[in-house]
Amino acid sequence: MTTGIFGAIGAGLCAIGAGLGIGKIGASALESMARQPEAAGKIQSAMILSAALIEATALFGVVVSLMSLSA
Amino acid sequence: MAQKLLLVLFFTLGFYNLYASDAVSEEGKIDQTAFIMGHIRDSHSFHICDIDGHAVGVSLPVILWSEGKLVTFMSGEFHHDTEGHHVVEKDGQRFVLYFDGFNEKVYKATDEAQEDGSYLLRDENGKVISETPLDFSITKNVVTLIMVVVAMLAIFVTMGAFYRKKSNVAKAPRGIASLFEPLVIYIRDEIALPNIGEKHYKKYTPYLLTLFFFVMFTNLFGLIPFFPFGANISGNTSYSMALALLTFIIVQFSGTKAYWKEIVSMPGVPKPVMLILAPVEFLGLFTKPFALTIRLFAAIMGGHIIILSLLLLIFMFKMWVVVPASGIFISFMYLIEILVAVIQAYIFTLLTALYIGMAKVEEHEHH
Repeated sequence: MTTGIFGAIGAGLCAIGAGLGIGKIGASALESMARQPEAAGKIQSAMILSAALIEATALFGVVVSLMSLSA
Repeated sequence: MAQKLLLVLFFTLGFYNLYASDAVSEEGKIDQTAFIMGHIRDSHSFHICDIDGHAVGVSLPVILWSEGKLVTFMSGEFHHDTEGHHVVEKDGQRFVLYFDGFNEKVYKATDEAQEDGSYLLRDENGKVISETPLDFSITKNVVTLIMVVVAMLAIFVTMGAFYRKKSNVAKAPRGIASLFEPLVIYIRDEIALPNIGEKHYKKYTPYLLTLFFFVMFTNLFGLIPFFPFGANISGNTSYSMALALLTFIIVQFSGTKAYWKEIVSMPGVPKPVMLILAPVEFLGLFTKPFALTIRLFAAIMGGHIIILSLLLLIFMFKMWVVVPASGIFISFMYLIEILVAVIQAYIFTLLTALYIGMAKVEEHEHH
């Protein structure tokens, strides 16, 4: 039972971290798109790429907490 | 109207699955973890629904290589037992099926039943230590993979036939070709060309296209919630690891001299720093495909788990108010999952292109 609770807390922490990271990327991408609308396409693909990299770390956490949940 | 009816059918069909036999106890209580794991795992039979507590499903062939002999039988002979109770005897060998919460595996059965009624050897922690035969079974995931292959062949062979016709050269694409041409062009011009470079991109575009469409189709097939679909293939590490391994091999074999030089001894870096940097760079070779594996697998598996958890809310609260709320949430999650299915395919392709581009570095001039 306790491992289950810790697993859930871990998953929540992952969500916080990833949310902060992706939020920051989104904010700065929007800012730079507003400054340079002509570069919007390039900024967008760079944004998705870095969001994917951050998402991966969050997903690592999710997998680990899932494993602790069922262990 | 017909569309709406179809939509209702679409969602209610998924609900039938809820009575997955081993997750429901006698009092009608649902073991949530068992229920969710039972749905996202690979399985030796294709479970469709339960009628009056009896599982209805399609039996799939079990193909085993055991003690130098090929043993085959249909999974129906296990009688939906995943606890290791029902022994199947074939060619003088005995097998049981056991689901440990993560994987469903065929084990060699012991001669006599153990204390818990199963035919499995366990260590002191209750972990199963029975021998497993080599398993080449056509499981649920394999069936879905075959379906994806057939669907892709049907689509892309017809599409290719359109372009092969000489009279079509100057015409705008029609039919299925007009649906997929923008995607193909996008991958060539926005993923392959900028990341790999003008010199080499043509050689790698076919691989990137295959990767993108294969991942996209398996993801989307996994989201359709009724019978011949709905297997969680891309949420399975074997699937994503196989794709990541392919990428890994292709990247290493397209590495230039400069690429290997940058790993072994990065130019312009002092010798003592090299001692730390070289092992890190070497590890980096393997963390890249590892991250690819986990990203795809966890994103898709996570989506399936969230949808099932939202569905389970109804059975946890047992109040009618929760039903529409959960339905709305599930529909919303489904839309997000469709987005994720395509984005994950895009990211896998993009990162593969990026890694190939990194392996194709030219020798720099250093002053």
